[in-house]
Amino acid sequence: MKNIFVLFSLFFAAPLAAQDLGSAPPPVEQLEILEEEGGLTGSVTDTSDWQDLGIAIAAFATDRDQPTGANASGTAALGQELARVISANLKNNGLFKPSGPDGLPQPTFQQVTAPQWASWSNRSAEMLVHGYVKAGADGRLTVGCYLYDVALKSELVRQGWVVSARDWRRAAHKCSDLVYSRLSGESPFFDSRIAYIAETGPKDNRTKRLAIMDSDGANHRFITTGRATALTPRYSPDYRQLVYLSYVDGNPRIYVYDIGAGKQTLVTQSTNPTFAPRWSPDGRWILYSMAVAGNTDIYRVSAEGGPSIRLTTTPGIDVGGSYSPDGKKIVFESDRSGSQQLYVMDSDGTNQKRISFFGGRAATPEWSPRGDQIAFTHIAGDFRVAVMNPSGGGLRFLTDDWQDEAPTWAPNGRILQYFRTERNSGRTSLWQVDLTGRNERRLDTPADASDPAWGPILP
Amino acid sequence: MKRQIFLTAVLTTTIALAGCKTAAPEELPPQQAVVVPEAVATAAPAATGPVVGTQSHFVNAVNGQNVVFFDTDRYNIDSADAAALQTQAQYLMRYANITVTIEGHTDERGTRDYNIALGERRANSAKNYLVGLGVPSNRIATVSYGKERPTAMGSNAEAWAQNRRAVTVVIN
Repeated sequence: MKNIFVLFSLFFAAPLAAQDLGSAPPPVEQLEILEEEGGLTGSVTDTSDWQDLGIAIAAFATDRDQPTGANASGTAALGQELARVISANLKNNGLFKPSGPDGLPQPTFQQVTAPQWASWSNRSAEMLVHGYVKAGADGRLTVGCYLYDVALKSELVRQGWVVSARDWRRAAHKCSDLVYSRLSGESPFFDSRIAYIAETGPKDNRTKRLAIMDSDGANHRFITTGRATALTPRYSPDYRQLVYLSYVDGNPRIYVYDIGAGKQTLVTQSTNPTFAPRWSPDGRWILYSMAVAGNTDIYRVSAEGGPSIRLTTTPGIDVGGSYSPDGKKIVFESDRSGSQQLYVMDSDGTNQKRISFFGGRAATPEWSPRGDQIAFTHIAGDFRVAVMNPSGGGLRFLTDDWQDEAPTWAPNGRILQYFRTERNSGRTSLWQVDLTGRNERRLDTPADASDPAWGPILP
Repeated sequence: MKRQIFLTAVLTTTIALAGCKTAAPEELPPQQAVVVPEAVATAAPAATGPVVGTQSHFVNAVNGQNVVFFDTDRYNIDSADAAALQTQAQYLMRYANITVTIEGHTDERGTRDYNIALGERRANSAKNYLVGLGVPSNRIATVSYGKERPTAMGSNAEAWAQNRRAVTVVIN
């Protein structure tokens, strides 16, 4: 009799979940910053004139055309690709009016630091980007990025980075961020990753796989095989782990997946249903929701494992939770008043107060990384992405479709990503919109997509 | 004592089988875990029809009433649900070795996390009703699929009404 129970508990400790994992993606590497001059500090939101700024992005030059692990043809061709990534970043996000590198003159290596002003003055581009890429003996790449004011014929800012060949796109994102921050006064966001759920199949039999990609959709990887339904992922702030919900053992369970090791562990051994996992901004805590005898509450557990602390106790459904960037407060959703509304509490669960007092229901709150706004799903018939300030005022709707839900913030707190469900077909896709409500655009993903989670700036 | 061993072995086997989705179990389950109880086997008619312990036997016996339905955002058992659950309870009392899972589901017109919680409420509601009628609680598991497993594909009131449901499924 005893032997059977020992076997029973040992079996639960075994890694059943390993059956649904594909091969591990490469872990994130720190890149090296070389030099910095002329950067603007602080951030301002002035959305008026800089969006009409023309900016020419010339192909990056190289000192010597050498083979590189980054592509098949060498550093000269890589210089073109770097400039294309930057141009696509700025164009897709509705920022400025980028042109090039195709159709523009290609600067030589010397001209990168001494632009040929004559060939740039008549191109209706007020700003000019030059850069270089050099292959090092160790296989790493050194990339330099320079921003010039064409009318003033002066350099505004420069920066350089050393990256592994595999991470060449990060240098392009860093350059995009440098240009964007210097010209708009905003904080960067391009050098970041997104975790989401890739969906295929008919509406009554969806395959849902955990996937990750760069902020521009490149470097796409699947984490799970799709044999079991995966939902609602979140990157840890250091990009080393993903937390997500999986039905791989037949019940909703939350797993912490270690990207470097390619393995995962349960966030709690409890056999109650657990869902809606979230990270604290310092990466030390994981919030999750657990249903006991039909009643759902929010719990907190250390990211290292250990006992869970219960944060909410009301008989309603208390679910989700998003920390303020200083880690002191949590905004969450609860139906204790009779319908889903938003509440704020201290991070230890005390001082719970409702903050949503407008018509309709409010769900999936996410605190902006800048602390000044809370994004959420507003439900009044249709589902719309909306924002408000943390005390509950200043409600603004950013989208207007049948079912837009689960907004997630860009690292700079100025763009929101969410997923849109199409009526009847159930097809899903990822979309983005600025905090101003402008530049709503669809993201390109290999299949249908839902549950996006935007990570912070990469280390 | 025998019954406890039997139930434990059944549970262990069920969980072992749940974990081994893509390969046959390395060892066959122990002999005493074979599912069909003696009393029913001898009483069953000799010829055709579904076998006790299968979902189809259950669904036939309850005349398709293994599913109960809910209003939007609600998880209470109304009179139609009560009648269906009473039929289910009678079956479970008659075939005392059957264990079930009640799946809780919602329609698509809710956010994902909340719907998992609501599906769990519905599954629990149905379970509590069966337990109130005398079915032992340890024979009923619950699982919520939120809005992940609709049966009706449309985006209209009729489809949504069909998807807001709790489904009782035989697991052995």
